[in-house]
Amino acid sequence: MINNQTMNDSSKLKLGPLATLLVGDKGGQRLLMALIAIAVIFPFCNLVFPQDSIFYISTYALTLTGKYLCYALLALSVDLIWGYCGILSLGHGAFFALGGYAMGMYLMRQIGERGVYGNPDLPDFMVFLSWENLPWYWFGFDQFWFAMVMVLLVPGTLAFVFGWLAFRSRVTGVYLSIITQALTYALMLAFFRNDMGFGGNNGLTDFKEILGFDLQSAETRSVLFFASAMALILGYLISRFITNSKLGRVLVSIRDAEMRTRFLGYKVEYFTLFIFVVSAMLAGIAGALYVPQVGIINPGEFTPINSIEIIIWVAIGGRGTLFGAVIGAIAVNYAKTYFTGAFAELWLFMLGGLFVMSTLYLPKGIVGAVKNIQQGDGKTSQLYFFLKEKFASIKGGA
Amino acid sequence: MSIIRTWLFCMLAISSVNAVSSEKTQEPVAHVKNAPTVTFEVSVNKLAKADYIEKKRIINHILDSKHDRALELFTSVLKGRLFYVKKTTELVTISKTEGKKVLATSFISGEEVGLFKKRKVKKVGINNALRGRLKGAIAELELFSATESKRVDAALSILKSADDNHLPLILKALEFENSNGKNQLVIEILSTAKHLISLKSSNAEARLHAITYLDKSLYGETRNGLLAFIDHGLANTDKYSSLEISLAKKTLESINQLMQLNGILENVYFGVALGAVLLLAAIGLSITFGVMGVINMAHGEMIMLGAYTTFVIQQLMPNNIGMSLLVAVPAAFLVSGIIGVLIERSVIRHLYGRPLETLLATFGISLVLQQAVRSIFGPLNQDVITPEWMAGTFTVNAGLELTYNRLYIIIFSLMVLAGLALVLKKTLFGLQMRAVTMNRPMASSMGIRTGWVDALTFGLGSGIAGVAGVALSQLTNVGPNLGQAYIIDSFMVVVFGGVGNLWGTLVGAMTLGIANKVMEPMAGAVLAKIIVLVAIILFIQKRPRGLFALKGRSVDG
Repeated sequence: MINNQTMNDSSKLKLGPLATLLVGDKGGQRLLMALIAIAVIFPFCNLVFPQDSIFYISTYALTLTGKYLCYALLALSVDLIWGYCGILSLGHGAFFALGGYAMGMYLMRQIGERGVYGNPDLPDFMVFLSWENLPWYWFGFDQFWFAMVMVLLVPGTLAFVFGWLAFRSRVTGVYLSIITQALTYALMLAFFRNDMGFGGNNGLTDFKEILGFDLQSAETRSVLFFASAMALILGYLISRFITNSKLGRVLVSIRDAEMRTRFLGYKVEYFTLFIFVVSAMLAGIAGALYVPQVGIINPGEFTPINSIEIIIWVAIGGRGTLFGAVIGAIAVNYAKTYFTGAFAELWLFMLGGLFVMSTLYLPKGIVGAVKNIQQGDGKTSQLYFFLKEKFASIKGGA
Repeated sequence: MSIIRTWLFCMLAISSVNAVSSEKTQEPVAHVKNAPTVTFEVSVNKLAKADYIEKKRIINHILDSKHDRALELFTSVLKGRLFYVKKTTELVTISKTEGKKVLATSFISGEEVGLFKKRKVKKVGINNALRGRLKGAIAELELFSATESKRVDAALSILKSADDNHLPLILKALEFENSNGKNQLVIEILSTAKHLISLKSSNAEARLHAITYLDKSLYGETRNGLLAFIDHGLANTDKYSSLEISLAKKTLESINQLMQLNGILENVYFGVALGAVLLLAAIGLSITFGVMGVINMAHGEMIMLGAYTTFVIQQLMPNNIGMSLLVAVPAAFLVSGIIGVLIERSVIRHLYGRPLETLLATFGISLVLQQAVRSIFGPLNQDVITPEWMAGTFTVNAGLELTYNRLYIIIFSLMVLAGLALVLKKTLFGLQMRAVTMNRPMASSMGIRTGWVDALTFGLGSGIAGVAGVALSQLTNVGPNLGQAYIIDSFMVVVFGGVGNLWGTLVGAMTLGIANKVMEPMAGAVLAKIIVLVAIILFIQKRPRGLFALKGRSVDG
């Protein structure tokens, strides 16, 4: 791997910083190319071709794929901390949802007088609860830039405070997982309360437009899709930059031997805190892009199950590879959409089975299995070659 | 939910008692004076055609006659079970419905009158005023009933509507109670009613006497009566002396204090009960998590399986609901325990030393189990019946009643804890388990089959979760999501109390339970829970290994 990298480095030195980032990251290169292609082709096919053309991609499919891209970014953020720093956060859905709520609050303010009650200042649910004024924490959310700052700042701040408390007192491993779960659970309970001023049970919905563009129109959807793809690409590059840097090496050493790293003189908690905050912000961005596409954000996003599901995307894709997380998120969610539609009863069996099988037989996920088969070692490749041989003999016999 | 269920059960019980008593016409009524039956029959049959005012008069008349079937008559009319045949105006009850026809039985003679078309008979109608009068009349009659609980209920309903008109009745009932019944509770309630009435009298001495008596009386009516008295007294200072008003105020204050104390006690009781539930749910987790270092996310589903086992057992023995719970406890232990051993042998065994992977795998198992239960039993909640001996309340004082089911669950959870402590301390298996916890390689080289100890430990933890499910089936809805509601709380208890330590789990569960319930009236249920969660998150910063940290294999790093 390292040899390969240095060789490539010397031969393609002129390629600039972006290329050096991806040198040796074949999976990443392919993924980014595919993403760029999708980002251009999907909106193009949606907007240019007429509905009856075979090249036409429906707005529904576009939005669905856009949703998957947001999930992929979320998975990427989890892989950054779990795959590279060994922090298993069972509460990452909370940062995603907080980002989503920040965006939702902006979209809510954009509704203005077009709500059911026609109140120019208050969102519908506040009128319904007969509130007189906008709560202080809603101020500023009528400005897009402010909402975008909050998309980063709110998850970031929460991650900073929580992480600072946790990492400083060396809460690690399982304990950290459990208290992150408690965190998202507590937030879920809090957001379910009407008194919180975030729409309670129903959450925020009935959005009309973003930056003056109609949210239902195919053009806006295409732009949002393109933005999601770009965010994912950018997120990938940032993550790759971090993991390739010297800091990334320290993170890996914390993952593998935290004590030893500490004894070597590194302030472990600063590194973990940094990566935790970055990861939370990425999750927040994913949430902010998710909300305008699905058109609703409610406290259900905070449920602990959601956060655990993210983990499984990463585990199935391949932990600690970044592009594996993206593949896992898209693959599992595609399967989910398909199976919940086709065999609703079976989906939970499938998901549960996936959890068990992937931990038992695919410890490195799809990416690891493919690599094993390519290199011809490990259990999966044995199985693969065994099946291949059988298959060939059956074919030969026939 | 459980309160509603208990309440419903009580209502059922009461109505069935009523049904029985009205069937047996010879309900022993203590004051039987054989009034001329002719009058009774004549009055009764007039009920059919009378208007409401006339009906009221008839009811009063019958009440005065003290006929031994008066109670039966009143309850039948009140419950809408008394009809009359349109043609003959004979009063009948309907014993059977056959298609469009009904079989009528004469109310007075008890003989079958014959089959009638449904529209040929008509219900004896009542309005709200009559309903109130009937209830009052029934209470009056029941005040002299031979059944103590009926007299208590009747006395309470008299207390609720005590006014001057009731005074003679109350005095008579008191006399009866002092000489025949001798039930202290009835005497207390009636005396309270008597003194509440004399609060309104014009005799200053009687009023003073009443106020002194009412001190420490915890009935809601006492409080209202005193409040009204003080208001009235302040408005008419010419008639009321300042002494009695200040005395009344003082009395009211002490009553309020006692009631506040009652409130706190009740909350603590609820808290201890919640703590007991948490203890049951968490104790198995504490074993698997503490002893084996395995995070069992499927633990909640083991609880759910236990609850479903209770349901199945009740379906199997529908005539023996009382016994079914006792059978369900070992059955649930076995079902959950065996499934636990299977899970350990098939999945978890391969994942030792990788706690995070175990967490994911067991979470997968929990999803599969949930879906399996949903496929078999359906997504709706199942109806688990509370046996009779668990229903009801026990009265500490007039203002404080504690439900039995919570009490039993508290006792049960402590028994489970004690049993588990015994297994750990006194049996060979417990010894081996502790040895493996402390030093696995050493235990192994001493000849302990660590693999089997692991499997059995996991089975034990899961089995206890199943037992917890039996208890929970009496408190909450039994549905596929039952386990998920408790898994996070259980983790909090274990993490707070310290892993693998029974005392830690006990202290943790009780602390969380009481903290939750005591904060609830002030902050509301949801906010209380959030506060507790945040408090635990902060607490973990201070003591990352919980209140009682364990030393051994599970201590890593």
